[in-house]
This record gives sequence, C-alpha cells and structure tokens, in this order.
Amino acid sequence: MSKMRQIEILVGAFMAAGFVALFFLAMQVSNLGTVNTGGSYKVLARFDNIGGLKVKSPVTMAGVEVGRVVDIYYDRKDFRAVAVLGIYSQYDGIPDDTFAKILTAGLLGEQYVGLDPGGSDQVLGDGSEIPITQSALVLEEIIGQFIYGKAQEGAN
Amino acid sequence: MEWLATLGRRGLSLSARLGRASLLMLAMLRGLPALLRRPRLLLEQLLSVGVLTVLIVAVSGIFVGMVLGLQGHYILSRFGAEATLGVMVAASLVRELGPVVTALLYAGRAGSAMSAEIGLMKATEQLSGLEMMAVNPEHRVLTPRLIAGIISMPLLAAMFSVLGVYGGWFVGVGLLGVDEGTYWAQMQSQIDWNDDVLNGVIKSVVFGVVCTWIAIFQGYECVPTSEGVSRATTRTVVHSSLAVLGLDFVLTAMMFD
Repeated sequence: MSKMRQIEILVGAFMAAGFVALFFLAMQVSNLGTVNTGGSYKVLARFDNIGGLKVKSPVTMAGVEVGRVVDIYYDRKDFRAVAVLGIYSQYDGIPDDTFAKILTAGLLGEQYVGLDPGGSDQVLGDGSEIPITQSALVLEEIIGQFIYGKAQEGAN
Repeated sequence: MEWLATLGRRGLSLSARLGRASLLMLAMLRGLPALLRRPRLLLEQLLSVGVLTVLIVAVSGIFVGMVLGLQGHYILSRFGAEATLGVMVAASLVRELGPVVTALLYAGRAGSAMSAEIGLMKATEQLSGLEMMAVNPEHRVLTPRLIAGIISMPLLAAMFSVLGVYGGWFVGVGLLGVDEGTYWAQMQSQIDWNDDVLNGVIKSVVFGVVCTWIAIFQGYECVPTSEGVSRATTRTVVHSSLAVLGLDFVLTAMMFD
C-alpha cells in the first residue's frame, strides 16, 4: 500500500468518525431524534396564572406528549395569560370542550400543560380556543388558604 | 515622557501586527481556488492537524466526561436529582467544555507544531525557495493548513463531546447506579439541537479559525533563528489559549441568554 493511500484512508476515517460523532450528538444527545417534523396546529388556552410554564414546555394527553407550548403572552384586555399550544398534526380530533390544566412534573417543578378530553363532537382546529382551564398551583396561595382555613376553624 | 513614547510604540506595533495578520488571512483566502485544484495538500494537512490530534482529544474527552459524572453525581445526589446527571454532563460538554478544551488541546498539539514547522521553513529559507520557483508560499504552504484546521476543529470537538458523554455514562450509570433510561431520556428532552449542539459547533469553527490563524501568523512572522522559532511556538500556545478563553466568554454571552 502506498503512503498516499494510507494517508487517504486515515483522513477518511477521521472525517467519518467526526461526522458520526456529530450525528450521534444530533440523534442520541439532543432532541433532534425525537422532534416532531409533521407540523402542528395552534390552539389558545387562557389561564389566570401560568406559574412556571415556559415556551417549549410539553403538552400532554394521558401522559403522552402531543405538542409543545410555542408562545406565552399577557392579554391586556382580560388580564390573563395566554398560552399558545402547538399540537402535532397527527393528534387532530381533540374535542373542543377539552379541559387544559397546568401540572407539575417531579419534585423539581418542571411544569407542563395536561389536556383532559371532553365529550363534544366538535373538534379543536387551528386558532381555536380551549374554554375550560385550570391555573398552575402556586405554593404560597395554597399555604395561605390552608392557614386561613385553620384560623376559621379555630374561630368557630 | 519616555513611558508615553513606549506606550505609543507598543500601540503602533500592535496595530501594525493586527494589520499584517489580516493581510495574511486575505492572502490565504485568495489561495482557496488554487487549493481546490490540489486537494492532496489539504489531505496531508488534515493528517497532521486532525488525525494525529484525535488520540489526545479522545483520551481527554473520556476523562473529562468521567470527572463530570463523578462530580455531578456527588453534587446532584445531595438534592436527590441524580436523574439530571445526563443533562448536566451533556450540556456542559456540548456547550462549553467540548469546544474550549478541544481548542486548548489543539493549540498545544497541532498549533505549536504548525508554527514551529512554518518558522523552520522560514529559517531554512524554504519559503523564499518556493518564491524563487514562482510558487506562492502563502497559497502552497499556508492555505491548506488553515482550511485543515477549520475542518478538523468541529469534528474533534464533536468527538470530544460524544466520548465525554460516554465517560459520564460509564461513571454515572455503570459505577454509581444512575438509571440508564433516565440518563439518556433526560438528556434528550433537555438538550436542544439548535440552541446547544449547533451553537457548540459554531463555537468550535470560530476557535478553529482563530487558533490556526494565530499559529500560522506566529510561524510566518517569527525571527528566522532557532530562538525566534522557539519563541513563536510559545507565543502560539499562549495567544491561542487566551484568545479561546476570551472569545468563549463573548460567544457564550451572545448565544445563550
């Protein structure tokens, strides 16, 4: 084998190993392997309080990820937070009286939107709004209510 | 009065050097079409710049990953958050340690060799010899090295990160009992291709340009004596390392807000 050929093989192996490493970073380490490429439709949900919900937080139904939060903004007219949920296109046919609530996963408190399907024949489409929502639980408010309840009990 | 003059002289020589470095970069870029006609030159440089740096990058990657796994587990287990070990290892490798440590190793292994080689070529008047034969030494000698450095760095950094992730996996999952599925699943859900991985690749491309540029410039500018070559080699490593660390801060501040 000539020297040049050896160099060619070594450099080829180096380049191949480098690209395999990049491919591995894409598929195994980052979310590119699991990301949904089939497109999505947008559904609005208004919450009194979104707690720690963030853009890119997952949207789940029965624990399965069916979408991601794509945008969050504050509606100045009705003083509520609007979360725009991007639901993957293959999960169409969600009833339009679906119940959206903000839940917490694990102890570290990553928050996500959970959808409970209703029983309506009408389905949610692009741009439609989820009417019934439940805000995130804010720990201080719960503790406050608890203490208030205890105080009431004591007064009676 | 004297120190004012010294300051002025220093400033002038610094800006003159920056100008010469920029002109050298332009000259090298003008050699690109000539390089396309002779891919062999690039191949030889990829061997000495890329292939021969793989070993040290691979070994360092594995050990950095193992240390991250060990340290991360020690800290995270205090909060009962061992599940996020994979995220911690992968995020620190892909965003910071992969590009930066690879660039530092590259400056020490390939950059110093490059400037010593070019400096000796200058000292032994090989570059002048090329010029006498009507061969442009910048196009023939420098351009292939620059391109080889720019191609090699991101590939080396990717290898470093991948081996580091496996090093962390070996310590975390293999030795300390973190759940295998959690390690990978948490990593995949938290590491973003665009925000984390691609930004790391951009960083390593920038480091590739800067480190190789400094190495070539120092070699090409060196005083053509044995002492001058040794000083150029030292300067290459010192300047490259400082440039990488400084640029890393700037790039991180720009990329990850």
